[in-house]
Amino acid sequence: MAEAIAIIFESAEGVRHEVAARLGASLMEAALMNNVPGIEAECGGSCICATCHVYCDQVADIVGAPSDEEDDMLDLAAADRRAASRLSCQIKVTSALAGAIIQLPARQY
Amino acid sequence: MERTIIVGGGHGGAQAAVSLRQEGYEGEIVLVSDEAHLPYHKPPLSKTFLKAGGAAQLLRPESFYTDNAVELKLETRVAEIDRRAGLVRCDDGAAIEFSSLILATGASARRPPIAGADLENVFVLRNMSDAERMRAEADDASEIVIIGGGFIGLELAHTLVGLGKQVKVVEMGQRLLARSVAPVISAYVLDRLFAADIDVRLGAEVRGLEQAGARAAAVTLAGGERLGADMVVLGTGAVPSTGLAEAAGLAVDNGIVVDHAMRTADPRIFALGDVASFTHWQWQKPARLECVQNANDQARHAAKAITGKETDYRDVSWFWSDQGSTKLQMAGLSMASDRTILSGSPENDDLAVYHFDRDRLVCVETVNRPGEHMLARRLLAAGITPSEADIADGKDALKALLGGPAQGRSA
Ligand SMILES: Cc1cc2nc3c(=O)[nH]c(=O)nc-3n(C[C@H](O)[C@H](O)[C@H](O)COP(=O)(O)OP(=O)(O)OC[C@H]3O[C@@H](n4cnc5c(N)ncnc54)[C@H](O)[C@@H]3O)c2cc1C
Ligand code: FES
Repeated sequence: MAEAIAIIFESAEGVRHEVAARLGASLMEAALMNNVPGIEAECGGSCICATCHVYCDQVADIVGAPSDEEDDMLDLAAADRRAASRLSCQIKVTSALAGAIIQLPARQY
Repeated sequence: MERTIIVGGGHGGAQAAVSLRQEGYEGEIVLVSDEAHLPYHKPPLSKTFLKAGGAAQLLRPESFYTDNAVELKLETRVAEIDRRAGLVRCDDGAAIEFSSLILATGASARRPPIAGADLENVFVLRNMSDAERMRAEADDASEIVIIGGGFIGLELAHTLVGLGKQVKVVEMGQRLLARSVAPVISAYVLDRLFAADIDVRLGAEVRGLEQAGARAAAVTLAGGERLGADMVVLGTGAVPSTGLAEAAGLAVDNGIVVDHAMRTADPRIFALGDVASFTHWQWQKPARLECVQNANDQARHAAKAITGKETDYRDVSWFWSDQGSTKLQMAGLSMASDRTILSGSPENDDLAVYHFDRDRLVCVETVNRPGEHMLARRLLAAGITPSEADIADGKDALKALLGGPAQGRSA
């Protein structure tokens, strides 16, 4: 069993789900494999569907800025883009994210 | 009693279970799949799976099904639909009654009538067990011939070359992907194959497979040429798995015929995904689409209809294919296209083709422009047709056409 850290996903309505996220997996996988509602991930992590949009306000510095490609996609995600918007399939779970609160948009498609 | 039976645990079947619960469905859900795996992502099978190895990428974890009271019957085939009794019979002897039935049986590999197509080193690629067998065989193979230049065959060609194999592709048509993309994209895709040292034969007819014992040793072409092979892949398309529906007397015409809400003529029975034939809103003719988007969105619509919130299926279709490191994406339907505008250039590995039906935008194909693909989906959903100048100006001009922040369904 790989090591895991706690991550908290918070829905648009404020409901929190704490999950054990495996180090090295993507944030998208951490949410999906723990049945967090509000992530669709239709393309399975290929950075082409933008249905895994998250807001990383609290850990913006840690997750950093999106690539140009991801940046384009975020502009057109179904929910409003914010300064700390990211596609969760493009973020790796690292120990620096332990205890992070990741917010989910109201809609993904 | 309320019970929905879903036949087929692929993209559409699994999404139907997810969407039924999201829509508040309180009846029982039984998902019957003849595969041994929990529902998984199919696109990686021709892309990363052969290379990266490892296990299937699941669509949902096992706990999803238990937490949401979705009963999974794996390695079980539905053998018959008894419409009079309102039940299905499975190959394990079980007879299960339904109030609603969803047929998400997908498509299976088309096996062309080529002599030797059933030899032991001849493969098709439709599911995980095909991919696992192919991976095991590919280890020892050095020369591989792929018959058919469709999306899956071409993706495989790049993947196998990446594993150090010598790969040849034999295509009957005069260009690749002829029914799916514009000529300029076909030419670009061919160019990328050549650049990856993949040998591609266009306009080539296969005469048969040369047999050595139980194995194929070569593919022979109509002109007499012999292409040595220690592994052959049939990439010759797929046929919808309509057998169950046909035997149950439901209308089948290149797919199970359904209406705007994915319903067959029997109001209890729905069909969706690769197996469903429906009148496409952009084209006004029967269409059957083989892509993840279509399976997912149709599943959402079927779930809405079953929970009494029927809507028209009017989603924008989209598709992607990874040709090696090239990202090819399509939004909309090109069937109705009678005019195209090219943006960018193949030389820069960066282009888009805008398709029009008279003065209406109907489809956009992009190469290495994922942002523009998303834009295209939005434009098509909103019914906005950009001008030639907008297209030439690029992303910002196109974005301006959409006005304001994102509203409504993205695509
Ligand atoms: C190798 C490969 C690569 C692909 N790449 C892409 C891509 O990059 N992008 C894209 O958009 N699409 C891609 N596709 C297409 C996409 O996977 C399909 O369009 C999608 O899976 C269709 O979903 P579905 O639910 O209709 O059918 P499927 O996902 O095929 O599922 C049908 C399931 O039903 C089962 N079944 C059939 N009959 C019965 C029965 N009687 N009883 C029980 N179970 C039954 C089958 O075994 C199968 O598991 C790819 C497909 C393949 C094979
Ligand atoms: S899962 Fe599709 S973009 Fe992240």
